[in-house]
Amino acid sequence: MSDYQLKMAFIMPTMILLILMNIFPLLWSLYLSFHRYKASMPAAPRFIGVRNYARLLQDPEIWGYFQTTAYFVLLAVAAQFFIGFGLALLLNREFRYKGFITTLLLLPMMLSPVVVGLFWRFILFSDNSGLLNFFLSPVLKSPIGWTTHPKVAMLAVVIVDTWMWSPFMMLIALAGLSAVPKYLYEAADVDRASAWFKFRWITLPLVSPLLLIALLFRTMDAFKMFDIVYVLTREGGPGTATETVSMNLYKLAFRNYNTGKACAMAYILLIIIVALSNIYVKYLNRVKGEA
Amino acid sequence: MKSVRISLVLALILAFAFVSATKADNHQSQSLTIVWAEWDPANYLQELSKDFTAETGIAVDVIQIPWPNFQDKVFTAFVGKSDLYDIVIGDSQWLGRNSQGENYINLTDWINENIDVDAIYGPAMTAFAEYPKGSGTYWALPAEVDAAGYVYRKDLFEDPKEMVAFEKKYGYALAPPKTYDQLRDIAEFFTRPDDDLYGIATWYSKEYDGITMGFQQVMWSFGGTYGDAETYKVAGHLNSDDAAKALEFYTDLLQFAPPDAPNYYWAETLNAYNSGKVAMAMNYFAFFPGVLNPEVNKISHDKSGFFIAPAGPKGHYISIGGQGMSISSFSKNKDIAKQYMKWFMQKPVQEKWAALGGFTPHKEVLQSDTFKMASPFNKAFAESFPYLRDFWAVPEYAELLAACQTHWNAAISKIKTPKEALDAIAREHEEIFEDAGYYDE
Repeated sequence: MSDYQLKMAFIMPTMILLILMNIFPLLWSLYLSFHRYKASMPAAPRFIGVRNYARLLQDPEIWGYFQTTAYFVLLAVAAQFFIGFGLALLLNREFRYKGFITTLLLLPMMLSPVVVGLFWRFILFSDNSGLLNFFLSPVLKSPIGWTTHPKVAMLAVVIVDTWMWSPFMMLIALAGLSAVPKYLYEAADVDRASAWFKFRWITLPLVSPLLLIALLFRTMDAFKMFDIVYVLTREGGPGTATETVSMNLYKLAFRNYNTGKACAMAYILLIIIVALSNIYVKYLNRVKGEA
Repeated sequence: MKSVRISLVLALILAFAFVSATKADNHQSQSLTIVWAEWDPANYLQELSKDFTAETGIAVDVIQIPWPNFQDKVFTAFVGKSDLYDIVIGDSQWLGRNSQGENYINLTDWINENIDVDAIYGPAMTAFAEYPKGSGTYWALPAEVDAAGYVYRKDLFEDPKEMVAFEKKYGYALAPPKTYDQLRDIAEFFTRPDDDLYGIATWYSKEYDGITMGFQQVMWSFGGTYGDAETYKVAGHLNSDDAAKALEFYTDLLQFAPPDAPNYYWAETLNAYNSGKVAMAMNYFAFFPGVLNPEVNKISHDKSGFFIAPAGPKGHYISIGGQGMSISSFSKNKDIAKQYMKWFMQKPVQEKWAALGGFTPHKEVLQSDTFKMASPFNKAFAESFPYLRDFWAVPEYAELLAACQTHWNAAISKIKTPKEALDAIAREHEEIFEDAGYYDE
C-alpha cells in the first residue's frame, strides 16, 4: 500500500461519516426547503420555488417568535454575562474552600436542560406549591404566576437559563482572569492606580477576547433555545409569550410534519445565527488587535 | 485437529444463532404490542387482555405513553416505519392523517366480513373508524368512547346555607348547571380565594389539545363552528361574532379558576378537584374513576356528583373523547392484531370491558341499565352521547390543532383579544387548507 493509499484509508472513514451525517442532511434539507413535503405522508416532494420562504417571511406570527427570541437572547445573555463575570471576579482570589465553591457553582451547567426545566417548574415556580411563592407569600397578596402570566413567564425562562449558564460565562472569564500577568497589577499598584483603573485598563482589555468568545457561544446557544421552554412553559406558553423560533420550528417539523416549511425556517434561523456570529467574530478580531 | 476444532466452534455458533433467531421469531409471532396513552383505560385493557392470552396463548403488552408526548412518539414511529407497535389506539382526529399517510391499514373488507357493525354505536363508528366520513371506509374499530363532562362537590351544592345564599344572590336554586350562564354564576359564587376555593377547573392548557377540547364545545354551543365541512372555508365561521362571544365567555371564566389554571389540562383539573380547590371540574369521563378513589381524593371521593356539559345560547354540543383501535401498516403481526380486535368486539368481552371501567362502544352494553348503574358517572356519560362533536379529522388536523392551541391560549392569557385570536386561526386554517389543495377546484 502506497503512502497516499494509507493516508486515504485513514481519512476516508471520517470523510464518509462527515458527508453522511453533516453534509448530506444540510444539502437535503436545503433541497426540501424549496419543496412542499410532509415526512408523514407518502407523497413525494413537489417543487414550489421560494414559496415556503415567502410564506414564512410574510407571516406576522413568525416575526413575533423572532421578537420573543431576540428579547430572550438579550435578557438571558446580558444577565449571564454580568453574573458570570461578577462571580469570576469574586473567585479570582485566594480564599478557603475556593475549589469546593467553584465546583458547586459549576453544577447547574452540568445538568440536563430537561431536568433543570422540570425542577424549576415543579419545585420552584409552581403557583400553588412552589418554593418561591411560598417564601414570597408573606409579602404577596396572591401567588406570582411564574409560568402562567404572560409578562412573568419570559422572566422565568430567563432566570432558569441564567441559573444554568452563568457558570459557563464564569468559567471562561475565570480562565481569562487567571491568565492576566500579575506584574501588571503590581506595576499599577506602584503607580497607586485605583481599583477601577486597574479593572478598566488591565483586566477588561486582557479578558475581553475570551469574554467575547463566551458571549458568542451563549448567544448562538440562546438563539436556539428550545428544551427549557418546552418543559418549563409547556411549549412556549402562556399563549405565545415564550414561544421561541426553535420551539415553533419543532412544532412545524415534528408536530405538523410540515417538513418543507420547517427546513426553510431552519435555514432562515441558520442565516441569522451566521450573520450574528460574523458580527461577533469581526468585533473579536478588532478587540484582539487592540489588545 | 485444529481445523476440526474451528469447524466445531463455527457449527456451535451457527446452531446458537439459528436457535436464537427461531426463538425470537416464535416469540414475536406470539405477542402483540398495543400502544395507548397513559391513563386508567389502558390499565383496564391490560387487565382485560389477560383473558385473550388465556384463550390464545398470545401475550399482549399495552405500552402507555404520557399524554403530552403520545402523538409525537407514535407519529415519529410511523415516520420511521417502525414495527414497534401492532395496534395503535389513537385519537379520532388521527384518522385522516394516518389513513392517507398509509400508517393504518384499511380494515373495510375485514370489518364487513368479521364484525357486526350494527352492534356498535353508530356515531362512535363514524367518529373513531370511518374516513372520509360517510364513505363506509374503515381504518379502526372504536375502543374507548368518551366525552367531556363535569364533576361537582355535592357537599357544597347541597349545603343548606350555600343553597339559600345562592338563591338569594342569583334568584334560582343551586343545582348542577344546565346552561353556560348558570355555570358562570355557580363558578362565581364559589370563588373564594381567601379560603383557597375556586368555582371551576377546566382546560386552558397549551399542551397537546387541551384548550381546544375545552373551548370548542363552548364555541359550538354559542353558535360558532370550525368552518364549512363541504367547502373547507373557515373565514366567517371560526371568527364569527358568536365564536368571539364564546371565547370572551371562556376567557372570563378563568377569573373563577385557580391562579395556575392557564396550565390546566386533565391531570391538573383532576388534581385541583381532588385537593378541594374547586367546586366543579371538567374532564373526560374516563378520568373520573380518579375522583372516586379515596386514596387520591381524600376530600370528596364520597361527595361527588356528575353532570353533562351545559348547553349554550345557540345549541348543545360536547367534545368527543376516546379512541379507535387501528392496525399499524408496519406491524409484522397483522393477523394476530385482527384476531385480537375481533375478540375485543365480542359482547361478553365488551361487558367485561365496561365492568372494568372501559367506556364500551357496544350499543347494547352501552344502553344497558347495568352499564348506567356501574358507576356514579356512567348515567351522565350516556346522556352526553347525542351531543358529541369532533374536531377536524382531516390529514392536516395537527397543523389546524396547533394554530388553535397557540391562539386560544394567547387569548385567555390576554396576549390577544378574542377577535384577534380567532382571525389569526381562521387565516392560518385557510392557509393550511389552501396548501393542502382543498380549494383547487
